[in-house]
This record gives sequence, structure tokens and C-alpha cells, in this order.
Amino acid sequence: MGNVGLVLVALLALGELAGCGRAQLQPAGPISAAEREILLDSVVIMLAIVVPTIIATIAVAWWYRASNVRARRLPDLVYSGRIELLVWSIPTLVVIFLGGIAWISAHDLDPARPLPAKTAPLEIQVVSLDWKWLFIYPKLGIASVDRLMVPAGVPLHLTLTSASVWNVFWVPQLGSMLYCMSGMADNLYLQADHPGVYHGESAMISGDGFADMHFDTDAVSQDQFDSWVASTRGAGPALDDAAYRQLLQQSVPAHPYTYRSVRPGLFADIVMLRLPPGDGPRGADTDVRPVGMQ
Amino acid sequence: MTLLGKLTWQAIPLHEPLPLYSGIAVAIIIVAILAWVWIKGYVPYLWREWITSVDHKRIGVMYCILAGVMLLRGFIDAIMMRTQQAMAYNAPGYLPPSHFSQIFSAHGTIFFVAMPFVIGLMNLIVPLQLGVRDVAFPTLNSVSFWLTAAGALLVNMSLVIGEFSRTGWLPYPPLSELAYSPGVGVDYYCWSLQISGIGTLMTGINFVTTILKLRAPGMHYTRMPMFCWTALASNLLIVAAFPVLTATLAMLLLDRYVGFHFFTDTGGGNSMMFMNLIWAWGHPEVYILVLPAFGVFSEVVSTFSGKPLFGYRSMIYATMAICIISFMVWLHHFFTMGAGADVNAVFGIASMIIAVPTGVKIFNWLFTMYGGSVRFSTPMLWSIGFMVTFAIGGMTGVLLAVPPADFQLHNSVFLVAHFHNVIIGGVLFGAFAGYTYWFPKAFGFTLDERLGKWAFWLWLIGFWVAWGPGYVVGLEGMTRRLQHYDVAEWHPWLVVAEWGVLIILLGIVAQIAQIVVSVRTREQRRDVTGDPWDGRNLEWATASPPPPFNFAVLPDVTDQEPYWDMKARAREIGELTRPEPKYEPIHMPRNSPTGFVTAFLAVITGFALIWHIWWLVLLGLVGAYATFVVFAWRDHDEDVIPVEEVARLDRANRAARSAALQHRQLRHESQRESAQ
Repeated sequence: MGNVGLVLVALLALGELAGCGRAQLQPAGPISAAEREILLDSVVIMLAIVVPTIIATIAVAWWYRASNVRARRLPDLVYSGRIELLVWSIPTLVVIFLGGIAWISAHDLDPARPLPAKTAPLEIQVVSLDWKWLFIYPKLGIASVDRLMVPAGVPLHLTLTSASVWNVFWVPQLGSMLYCMSGMADNLYLQADHPGVYHGESAMISGDGFADMHFDTDAVSQDQFDSWVASTRGAGPALDDAAYRQLLQQSVPAHPYTYRSVRPGLFADIVMLRLPPGDGPRGADTDVRPVGMQ
Repeated sequence: MTLLGKLTWQAIPLHEPLPLYSGIAVAIIIVAILAWVWIKGYVPYLWREWITSVDHKRIGVMYCILAGVMLLRGFIDAIMMRTQQAMAYNAPGYLPPSHFSQIFSAHGTIFFVAMPFVIGLMNLIVPLQLGVRDVAFPTLNSVSFWLTAAGALLVNMSLVIGEFSRTGWLPYPPLSELAYSPGVGVDYYCWSLQISGIGTLMTGINFVTTILKLRAPGMHYTRMPMFCWTALASNLLIVAAFPVLTATLAMLLLDRYVGFHFFTDTGGGNSMMFMNLIWAWGHPEVYILVLPAFGVFSEVVSTFSGKPLFGYRSMIYATMAICIISFMVWLHHFFTMGAGADVNAVFGIASMIIAVPTGVKIFNWLFTMYGGSVRFSTPMLWSIGFMVTFAIGGMTGVLLAVPPADFQLHNSVFLVAHFHNVIIGGVLFGAFAGYTYWFPKAFGFTLDERLGKWAFWLWLIGFWVAWGPGYVVGLEGMTRRLQHYDVAEWHPWLVVAEWGVLIILLGIVAQIAQIVVSVRTREQRRDVTGDPWDGRNLEWATASPPPPFNFAVLPDVTDQEPYWDMKARAREIGELTRPEPKYEPIHMPRNSPTGFVTAFLAVITGFALIWHIWWLVLLGLVGAYATFVVFAWRDHDEDVIPVEEVARLDRANRAARSAALQHRQLRHESQRESAQ
């Protein structure tokens, strides 16, 4: 009876998790969908041995309680070759199985592996700053701060770096997170399948404004994206070296905003440290929270 | 350069009420305790019997007390963090970011709980189980303890003088470099870990030597109790891993103090190297903690099932396999750094392989209970609670070892839930099991069972209510260390987690009450025989608390469970088999203030280094060296316990055991008669 109850609870918990709001378990792209599958498969495979083990632990302890007169005591059961074989082989088999999954999926879902698609991916350069995100669209010559605008259904090639301390770029509903590190560039391929707004954040403490380093990923139709590009080009400041230096100062922008143009080669100069990183996060003397939070 | 280096009045948080008042409160408590000790005239006693003691049992007890104090500290941090996150939905909460980050960083030094706790239990029990009189290097042992305490003291000093690190429990560059953390916080972190790390390394050397070289006659490796095996594995790991920590922190300190570029990406250094190095220590570290806990569970499950440990040799293989493999998995802490598929997959699979020996251990405990006669005393409850909780924690750990799953779970609250699952459900439950199990050995009376069971259930339920939601919000995309957030789905779970931590608070209250009640009723709960649980290994073959020399005559070991064996023979013939031995005077190492003085000077040196008070650094180092010279040149290093004293103590214990044996025999016979 108790066994059935426990299994039910476990299944219910899983079901509830799967139904959660904006989460890794509600994927919006091929990478996150594949990762969810790996995650759930691995959990189910392991539950198949963990749940019986837990039930057996409780059941054995209870049945062999000292006061149970019906329990058959086996004080000499201290070694059994057969049981030994069993207890070594069960976890070994599970690990061989899971290890296979890990090996294959680590290659299939390597963040730096391009997505199979006919269209060329959209290039986006990501720079983590104190405490905001700069998204440069090099082919389009525009940039956006704290808002990642992408066309749905188009593969994205993100190149990540940092112009300050480390951060981690993470949009849970799209998939893999990856470190943004100064002086280095990482490759990450993602894709949003459907239009929608997906929560993005930094997943690595980067100073006092860290909690505000979240951004919205707006996946829109190709037409809407094109018109966004056009309107962005027509308005806003230009991102030249002076504007970039301004951007390096620590702050949490109250609203996302865009740059109508970007100086060519800016990202490469940031990665190669030809443009030195910012002063980095400073102490708590200044209130860094955006206006609404103060 | 001023006389006090960087230290000014600004270092005291006069304008920040929270740390100021808590600092004042702690100071008042400490002063009150010291005053009480002074007025009552306990100082000479404490100095003679505890502070300068080189007795492994005393040192073990002091380690456990240190762990308890730091547990309270770490738990206060935990309540503050949970409260902040429960409040900070679309709101700033009550802790500013700078304070919040100091708290989660300081909570990481809860390692001053787990390490002292497991090292304390090893100190108390390993020599007794090996059937010997002390560890290999008793004075070094005292130095180890006091250096650990010095590190803990420095961490707590940062509460009122200056600030603590804000970089998380591991100080990753570049954030921890001078450019981004110019304050003294990271220096407090590094120096306190350096000082206590040296202490831990010496503990490792001491225990490896003790276990390999000092064992009772006849105790072969394959007769050593499982706790000693896990202690051996753990200390081998200490010896191999702690130098890595020392070197890594030394490099970071060189970066910060004299402008080196080990980890600064701008100066030709590499910040990724720090991550590799710190985890080359950090991953073995978790096994340093959990292996002794596995040892405790092996002892407890066997004793309270009334059966020898199932698959003893298998357990040895499993322990040593974990010991070795744990050094080959460090990269799983940063799959998301972009190392590439082959590297990630190899380390992922290596990490999973650890689950095999760990799973074997769980099954072997299960089969130890199978066919046994299980008594649900508090230590056994902690063990069963552990097996259930750890099975889940182990599962989420293997899940995190699958690289693509980790790409979505790394640095999320799911990860935090996982390691609390194994640190609380594994290490702390093990420490509590060991504490309840061996408390009578250390103090001569048992702990109150009713309150102990309350504590267990409150901790178990509290843990799941606090960290079950952690798994959920982690799967809802919540990253760790958020001072505030605006995602509605997370909020209710974080409120539930707050309730969980309050339930754990009740568990801690129950534990404190348990100590108070047990001490007050200690006369009723005396353990006169030295064997309150019907134990199986040699620690139960001597009085509770044991005499300074542990065993009047070193036991002759002929079996894997020497004490059970002795008892079985005694029961057969109805009397103690050993005739009274020929007592001899015993030489015991003489107490020494070396450890205390060295640690005092280490605190001074550490503090001076943190605040750049160079003359004081010199003074501290010269003082420490002088202490060592004085110690090295002493002529008189042993005291002799006269033969009458040895005989008196041993006869008293033998009489108590004989009486208990006869009592048991009579009860047995009357039971048999009534059954007929």
C-alpha cells in the first residue's frame, strides 16, 4: 500500500514540476526541449532504482524491528556472493546506461555545436557588463541593452564575452547556459521556436547589482523582427568608443534601450582586451537598484 | 603607512545597526561566559584539563563544541537568507545586496561546522576503535584543533571588524581580485581558510599515520572497524587535497597583495585556472566530509540491527574506490565553462561512476538491517533518515553529472538544493548520528531519547520543506544568490522554504533542550558499563568516559568485531574471560600549551595580514616560531600514570561490567523460565 502511495507522490511531484510556468521544463526551443528530455529520462531511469531502494529501506527496517515476533532473524547473514554481485551490478548497469546517454547527449548538445538548419544563423554578440547585458547584432549594425530581440524559428549563434567580472548567460526556456568571461569568447547556439517573451538572467554572482541582471528575450516573427531592426536603425544613440566607455560604468538601466549603430569591430576589441574592461563592480555605497525598486 | 595599517574606526559598522547589534550581543555573551568561568574559578581547570590537553578525546570534544557553535552561526545566516528571499519578491527585502552577499559567503564557511564535526568524531573514536592510547602525534593534534578554531575566530571577527567576502563561498576571480573586491572581505576568507587549512592538513597526516602505524595487536587492516576505514580514506584525501587549497589561495593572495597575475585575465593570468584548482580541492573535500559520515552509519546500522556489517570487504572496496575516483571528477563543477563535448562527457561519466560504490554502500546497510533485530534509537533514526534522504540527493547529483542536464541546472537553486541534500542529509545527519551514538562514551551518560527523536523528525521534515522547494524553483529557472526577484512563480515556494527553515530551528531548539535535560538528569542516565548500546567495537570495551590511557592493557584483537567477540565468549561461560591482567605504569604524553599559543599567534598574524599591519605580522610569526622552538627543546614530555591508579580505574570498570553481565544473564534466564 505504502509503495503505491510513494510512487504516486513521486509521479505527482514530477507532473507538477512539468507543468510549472516559465521554466526549463517548458521549453521554447530545440535545445531546451532536448535538454528537458535528457533531464526527465535520466530522472525516470534513476527513480526506477531509487524509489524501490527507499521503500525497501523503510520496509526492511520496519519489518525487522526488534519487537516484531514474526520476523525471521538471520544474525549470520554477513556475506553472500550472490547479493554482492547484485548490489554491485545494479548501480553499475544504471551508470553504464546513463553514461551512454551522457556521452551521446554531451556531444549532441554541446553548446558550441551549430544547429542543423538550412538558414544561416543570426549572429549575436553578447557582452556582460556591470550590471546589464549588451547584445550586438554585427551583421545588422545595431545593438540592444537588456533586451534580446530574436526572430522565432531562426537559429541563433551567440558569441559571449564579459567586459567585467564573470557572468553566466542563461535563458532557461531556450536552453544551455554558458559563462561570459573577460578576454575570451564562447560560442552558444540556441533557437526560439515560437514567438514569446522568455526570462533571461545572469547565473553567476557579479557584485551588488547582480540580482537586476535579468533581461527579456523577445522572440517575434521574422516580419516583426525586420521592422524592429528598421526602427532601431532610425533612432537612438550610436555605440562608438565613447558611448561604450559610458556603458562600462556600473548601473542598472531602468528600461531596455537600443543603439542605432555599432562601431565595427567593437566586439573583437572587447574580447581581445584592446578596449579594457570596466572598473568592475564597486561597493554598496551607491544604490544600484532601478528607480522602481528604491 | 600607519601603525595600524588599513585598520581605522571605519572598519566598525557603527552606522549599520544589524551587524553592530548582533556583534555587540555576541560580545556580551562571550564576555559573560568568560566572566562566569573566571568568577567560578574554572580557569585553572579549563587550562589544565582542556585548553592544554593533548588527549585525543578531549580534543575531539572541543572540535565538536566548535562545530556546534559554528552550526548556530551558519544557521543564523540561513534564516537571514531564507527570510530575505521570502520577502524580496518585487521588493528590496531587509538586507541590502552588500550585506546579503556577505551572508551567503559566510554561510559557506559552514564548512567550519562539518569539518570540525567529522574531525571531532574521528578524534574521539578512531584511537579507541583501534585499541590504542592516543594518536600518533598528540601535541600536533592539539595544534591542529587550535588552528581550526583560530580560522573560525577570524571568520567571526569579520562580523564586527571590517567585512566578509561577498564573492560566494568560493572566491572566484576575477570578482575576488583586488580590482573588484578591494575590501578586506576576501582577505578574511583566505587567511582564515589558510590557517585552519594548515590545521586540517596536520590532522590528515596525524590520522593517516595513526591508522597505518598504531593499531592494537592483531588488528589487521581487514579487522579495522568501518569507521576507521572511512577515516583513513578521508584523511588520505586531506593529505592529497589540502595542499592544493593552500597553494590556490596562496596564489590568489599573491595576486591581491603583491600584484601577481595568476588569475587576472588582463595580466596574462587565467581566471579559469582558479576554478580548476579550487575544485581539485573542493570536490575531494565533499568526500572528506561524507566518508566519515558513511563510517558512522556503518557503525550505527550494524550496532542497532544487532548484526555485523553486511559485506565488510565490499564496503572497504567501495570506500577506497570513492577515495580515488573523487579526485578525477572536479570538472563537473563547471560544465558550462565551454570545455567541449569530450571533456565534459569524460568528467560526467567519471562523476557517475562514484554513484556505484555509493549505491553499494546503501545496499549493504540495507542488508545489514535485513535479518537483524532493529532498535529505533535516535542514532538509528538519523541513519534511516539519511538513507532515504541521501538516495534522492545522490540521484540529483548523478543528474547534474549529465552535461546537458547540467547546462540547465548549473548555478540554479536546483544545484543548491542538491548539495544541501547531501551535506545536510549526508554529512550533518551522520554527524548527529555519531554525536548521539558516542556522546555516552565521551561523557559517561546517554542523551535524552525523546528530545533526540523530536530533533530528528523536525530536522528531517524541516529539511524537506526547506529544500524540496529549492528543487522546484531551480527547475523554474531561478539562479542562486538573488537578493531580490520579480518572478511570481518563485515566490510561494520561497515562502514555503522559509517555513522549512523555521521547522529546522525547532529541531535545533530540541537539540539544545536535549543537552540541557540530559545534563540535569545525568545521574539517572549514567553509563556504568561503558557499553550502553550493546556495541561491537573496541570503543565500547573501556569505561565511559574512558580513562586517560583508554585501555589499561592493549586489547588482543582476534576478530573483525573484537568487543562483540569478547562479549560472546563471556556470555557463553557466564563470566569475563580475561583474568585480571598484570597492570603496569603507563606513560602518557604531557599536556602542552603549544597548540593554544600557536593558534593565538596565528590569529594575531592573520588579523595583521588582513589589515596590513606588517610589524604585527612579524611579531606573530616570530612568536609562533619561538613557541615551536620552546616546544622542540623540552626535556620532559611524558607523564607516568602510576600502576595503582591504572589498576584502580580498570578494576572499577571490570566490576561494573561483571555486574552488568550477571544481571543480563539473570534476566536472560528468567526470560527463558517465563517462556517455558
